Amino acid sequence: MNGPIIEVRDVGKVFGRGAGVTHALEGTSLAIEPGEFISIIGPSGCGKSTLLRIVGDLVEPSSGAVTIKGKSPHQARLDRDYGIVFQTPVLYEWRTVLRNVELPLEVMGRPRSEWHGRAETMLQLVGLQAFQQHYPWQLSGGMQQRVAIARALVFNPSILLMDEPFGALDELTRERLNLELLSIWSQTSATVLFITHSISEAVFLSSRVMVMSPRPGRIERTVTIDLPRPRTAHTRATPRFFDLVTKVREGLREDPAVAAGRDVVEEGA
Amino acid sequence: MARVTTAVAGRPAGPAARRGSGLIGEYLPAAVVFIAAIGLWEAFVFGFNIQFYLLPAPHVIVQAFRDNAAVLVGVGLYTFKEALAGYALGCGLGVLAAMASSRSPAFADLVLPYAIASASVPIIALAPLAIVWFGVAQGSKIAIVTLMTFFPTFISTVRGLLSVQPQSLELMRSYAAGEWQTFVKLRLPASLPYMFNAFKVGTTLSMIGAVVSEFFGGPERSLGVYISSKAALFRTREAWAAILIACALGLSFYLVVVLVERLVMPWHASTRKT
Repeated sequence: MNGPIIEVRDVGKVFGRGAGVTHALEGTSLAIEPGEFISIIGPSGCGKSTLLRIVGDLVEPSSGAVTIKGKSPHQARLDRDYGIVFQTPVLYEWRTVLRNVELPLEVMGRPRSEWHGRAETMLQLVGLQAFQQHYPWQLSGGMQQRVAIARALVFNPSILLMDEPFGALDELTRERLNLELLSIWSQTSATVLFITHSISEAVFLSSRVMVMSPRPGRIERTVTIDLPRPRTAHTRATPRFFDLVTKVREGLREDPAVAAGRDVVEEGA
Repeated sequence: MARVTTAVAGRPAGPAARRGSGLIGEYLPAAVVFIAAIGLWEAFVFGFNIQFYLLPAPHVIVQAFRDNAAVLVGVGLYTFKEALAGYALGCGLGVLAAMASSRSPAFADLVLPYAIASASVPIIALAPLAIVWFGVAQGSKIAIVTLMTFFPTFISTVRGLLSVQPQSLELMRSYAAGEWQTFVKLRLPASLPYMFNAFKVGTTLSMIGAVVSEFFGGPERSLGVYISSKAALFRTREAWAAILIACALGLSFYLVVVLVERLVMPWHASTRKT
């Protein structure tokens, strides 16, 4: 199939009604090509997580339309087109690390014979093969989140949705996991939609960064990240990296009213 | 691999490694307290020259237990069977009713206040009526124990089943998991700690329910009747010996459930320490 793998057209989301109404999203459009790594960045409460949850069919949009591989998000969810990683690891504490990673395969009715092998491979990919038989509480926060990534990718989804996955981690752990995520991503063909409020994280990871304004949330500008891959720890020290960080930061600071005048909307909108 | 090992350096390999060692150290203080309490009891009875029919010294109780061991074990097991049957019924029905009503959180919210109110009613007060309904034999006792254990189990299990984190549910939703899968792989295991809390409380409740029900009337060979008839004859040492076996049975019952809990939930916080 050609064309965007994820397409969001003029999506709005309103929570509550009457006096307590909140316009979480309004007129949001974007298109993501297969294999892209897209970050959406914005201040807290700008509706970026809501957007991701609409794409994942965890929330219904109030207006507009989303297509994933030409299907509705509902159908895409039923087809298990995406894996998701939340801000917290959301591991099941009664399952060992290995069994947590096997969970999607179990639920999806994959042959029992392939559970162990696939889960083991994924744990190897995130560097946790030595911790298969541990319980989640025995792992650090960063390790738990790596398990969550392994679990999200174990069934080979074509899309990976990540909702501020490293937001709760310390800076050093976050940077290390950024590197690992890129190396994992390069070994899969997954398209990534990544929500973050860290500018440097967004620039470091992405092929494009979309900047959202708050209330109502909408995409104000898109910054294409042309940093060469593979990106390494050194990438963060290059002048181009700083340029792009500055560009994204400016996008975030812009007065929404001014920015709206020259709205940067994606192709295909 | 270096980055992996540093993260948990200094931690033992697994739960098994941290148990085992220090078992004596863990239970030694409790054992010392127990022996001291028995010693004090003995000293109190002899020091103040208490009549044995008022309060027999521990060694007298042990003596009475030895003299009547066969009878005591017989009446103890008779009553324990009632407790066990009522417990199994009460816990089983409680879990089933909780599963059924938690399918609809709105319904669960509707019945929960009534269940809590019922749990605070002294169900044992129904024991004389239970005899009218179910006869003087084991049936009436089992009915009381069933009622006594049903409500705590029901309340805890409903709470457990509804306590599941929203994101854990969203994860299942993202897998397009069916309702049954979500129940078996998420709701049920997540509510196990709540259930076991009720199961543990239930062991004590079931022994109390069975013995006290028998005070209102029961066959000769039941623990409650044995205790009340011996006490009425001022043969308190035998009554105490019967209380001793009631304690032993209740405690063993509790410990067995704790053991099952550890086997079923090796991952749970309650088994992490030590």
